[in-house]
Amino acid sequence: MKDIKIKVNDLSLYYGEKKALNEITMDIPANKVTALIGPSGCGKSTFLRCINRMNDLISNVSITGQMLVEGVDIYDKNVDVVNIRKKIGMVFQKSNPFPKSIYENIAYGPRINGINNKAELDEIVEKSLRQAAIWDELKDRLEDSALGLSGGQQQRLCIGRTLAVSPDIILMDEPASALDPISTSKIEELIHELKEQYTIIIVTHNMQQAARTSDHTAFFYMGNLIEMGKTNSIFTKPMQKQTEDYITGRFG
Amino acid sequence: MNESESHFFSSKKSNSEVKGKIFIGITQLAVILIIAILFIILGIIIYQGRTKFSWEFISTFPTNGMTEGGIFPALIGTFILVVVMSIAAVPFGTITALYLTEYASENSKFAAAVRFSVRTLAVVPSIIFGLFGLGFFIQFLGAGADTVFNDGQLRWGQPNILWASLTMSLLTLPVIIVSVEESLKTIPRELREASLALGATKWQTIKKVVLPGSVSGIMTGTILAVSRGAGEVAPILFTGAAYYLATLPGSLSDQFMNLGYHVYIMSTQSSDVEKTMPIQFATTLVLLILTLSLNVVAVIIRSRIRRRAK
Amino acid sequence: MDSQLPIKQSFTKESLKKKFRLSEFLAEKIISSIAFLSIAIIFLIFIFVFKESLPLFSLGSDAKAKTEAQATTANKPESYGASSEELKPEVYGAETTEDLKPESYGAETTQELKPETYGSETAANDDLKPESYGDTPKEDLSVAPADEMMNEASQNQEGSDKTWSTFFSTEWVPVSDNPRFGLMGLLIGTLKVTIIAMLIAGPLAVLAALFTSCFASKRVKEIIKPIIEMLAAFPSVVIGFFALMVLASFFQDVFGYDSRLNAFIGGVAMALAAIPIIYTISEDALASVPKTYTEASLALGASKWQTAFFVVLPAATPGIFAALLLGVGRVFGETMIALMATGNAALLSANPFESVRTFAATIGSEMAETVFGETHYSVLFFIGSLLFIFSFALNAVAEFYVKGKLLKKFQGK
Repeated sequence: MKDIKIKVNDLSLYYGEKKALNEITMDIPANKVTALIGPSGCGKSTFLRCINRMNDLISNVSITGQMLVEGVDIYDKNVDVVNIRKKIGMVFQKSNPFPKSIYENIAYGPRINGINNKAELDEIVEKSLRQAAIWDELKDRLEDSALGLSGGQQQRLCIGRTLAVSPDIILMDEPASALDPISTSKIEELIHELKEQYTIIIVTHNMQQAARTSDHTAFFYMGNLIEMGKTNSIFTKPMQKQTEDYITGRFG
Repeated sequence: MNESESHFFSSKKSNSEVKGKIFIGITQLAVILIIAILFIILGIIIYQGRTKFSWEFISTFPTNGMTEGGIFPALIGTFILVVVMSIAAVPFGTITALYLTEYASENSKFAAAVRFSVRTLAVVPSIIFGLFGLGFFIQFLGAGADTVFNDGQLRWGQPNILWASLTMSLLTLPVIIVSVEESLKTIPRELREASLALGATKWQTIKKVVLPGSVSGIMTGTILAVSRGAGEVAPILFTGAAYYLATLPGSLSDQFMNLGYHVYIMSTQSSDVEKTMPIQFATTLVLLILTLSLNVVAVIIRSRIRRRAK
Repeated sequence: MDSQLPIKQSFTKESLKKKFRLSEFLAEKIISSIAFLSIAIIFLIFIFVFKESLPLFSLGSDAKAKTEAQATTANKPESYGASSEELKPEVYGAETTEDLKPESYGAETTQELKPETYGSETAANDDLKPESYGDTPKEDLSVAPADEMMNEASQNQEGSDKTWSTFFSTEWVPVSDNPRFGLMGLLIGTLKVTIIAMLIAGPLAVLAALFTSCFASKRVKEIIKPIIEMLAAFPSVVIGFFALMVLASFFQDVFGYDSRLNAFIGGVAMALAAIPIIYTISEDALASVPKTYTEASLALGASKWQTAFFVVLPAATPGIFAALLLGVGRVFGETMIALMATGNAALLSANPFESVRTFAATIGSEMAETVFGETHYSVLFFIGSLLFIFSFALNAVAEFYVKGKLLKKFQGK
């Protein structure tokens, strides 16, 4: 158990009166890819957004239980949500580059952290873009608008932007759902490379993608965590009937 | 263009079909009538105003007891008015809009009260702003300032361009708030989330993502406010507009001439209304060109923002 | 977890400890306080407009005194014949002593009884601040003999009633020996213009909105909507000028009535100002009727016009009602058009072709000539307060009543 990065204890989330997550308890290992799967509306994205407290932005959400990251409860009163988000980056379903240049998109994070030295920024931009495997494509057009990039490039740019603030954990909310197969495979490769350094949690409704990219898989259904385990075993011999039904596509 | 509708199903002319035709015809007539009136007004003012309208007319002072000459001081007065007004109204309007879209929570009673107040401000008759300007800015702030700083000497406690501009800024505040709020709403939530997920604070997000994205909205609001402020007369009737001044205002505590006010006094209180008719029409034409062209620009920018939202 | 290397331990209580960010705190506080300003402005407008009219509401004698003071300033004493500098023997007799400022008192009585004695309001009086008058009666009473006292008191009472009672009279003669502030003539004038304007603007704008949202093709809609809304960009002084110079003569030629500027001309001109407001809000209301309504109706075999008339229009009624209310608010408070096109005579007549004078125009034309603090000034501010309350109420009704209705309608009870 020494490599557990995030430990979730009885985490429940309510939208007003409605319970959207029901006493989730799970351990997420460090430097591995954990996939969250389940039918739409099952709470997997909601859960993902709990990990960097993005749900704070919604006004009537309340959360009970614990979310321990390296032993620190991030929902503790004394914890600073801004610092949490610096450590736990997020890549969204729809690529959302800022309407600025490619360079400025990557430099955004460092800049808000007070880095304004041009040389330092240059270095971070190059490093992040390399890590996001997009440096070669973009190095000659750093000053172009990020909005002119293709969907796949935009999404990798967003990953690079997340890496630029050097997070520990990267959350990915269906990062390839809007992309063509070639871009998707590039993103998947990228995920594979990144797990050396980062703990990655990815939400996907694409079963093959979960099987290809993840080490562990958690299956959510109706706000409950039904089952979690090594991806191999989840996909080959699931313990729960619901999981099996979903994976084999027999789901109502 | 709608006749085809009523003929669609049957070629037999039923009673209902005839009624429908008449009904649609009436609504169509209403539209045509309104648009016709609009163009008639425009046409007559252009036609009557064109003889006097010239560069000389807008660049010279009135002469001969305002029965000849141009409208230069009125133009300049209007210009100063809208500039000072914008300086006061734009920041306040923008920040209020920021509050409403970025800080107010959905069920906040305070935000609801702010919204209600803004809409109320938009429907308060403009003459009430004039009264408020007189009662608050001139009699209260101005006279108060004179007592405290000026040993009771009358300087700020009387109508002047500053008080008129501030009065006008209250009137145009809702215009700016509504425009900016509308444009803030078109900024995708994803961009805000992207910024926050990178560890930016709320204010950093607003400064670096939200505000730059709403520049065109702020511009639209400002232009609309200027257009409105340039044309309104009631609020400045007794807060600073002057009948005639031989010189341009030299400080904010001076009175000023104003295009709309000029039209008003020339057409109702001039010594020789008949003789100055061309001047009146030409002045109206200048005012109309000013307000309408500003409005067209604002509408164009606004439709671009709306397209972006889609 | 304990076994993790310290280097890798990036989540510690210390590093995540809540930080106080000054800029963040300040930004939020400043932004919220500035937002509060809009609310404050509404209150300030009410307070300051109402405040200036307050003298009318304080003890009757106070208001009365102001009336008097004003009358004095406005009048040439010469016209009073009998009046002498310090005395009003006619009324006060022995009671009059300078230090008691009987003038203020006497004045009241005078107004009640014989207006000719006004001149007795002396020049000396003019220097006095009207406010000081309020205290006078008490002083007076304490000194005056008992019967006088009674007399005084009753006169005082009548005096205060009189100020108010002039409000309900029909004559608006603010500057005269005997100023009368009959609001009725103004009210009727305002109502007349409002009704005429709404009779023209209401149907026109609503029908045009109906055409735009129900019958026009998308392309046509994109052309006519901005054009009609462009009418809102016409400054009211321009519309007033147009009415004064063009409409007035035109309609006089057509109808051949006597007074060139009248309620009808004012109403027509104000309709032009109200049309874009009514049109825009009605159009929004019509466009926000759920598509399912129209589709259901069309699917049942109703024609397009039947759907528009029997389904869409009724569903949008609350919104159209709100539009009309706001249109009324616009016309009711419109100043420049009223000033320029209605003739500005407070006549009491039902004839739409007679000149009228509206509340707003009265403020606009007379405020510049009044003197700070006199009754005329206060009365104009009082009218302003009425206008403000009226438009505030209209807006509140449009907002809450209509919104409630709409919610009920579209979301079920």
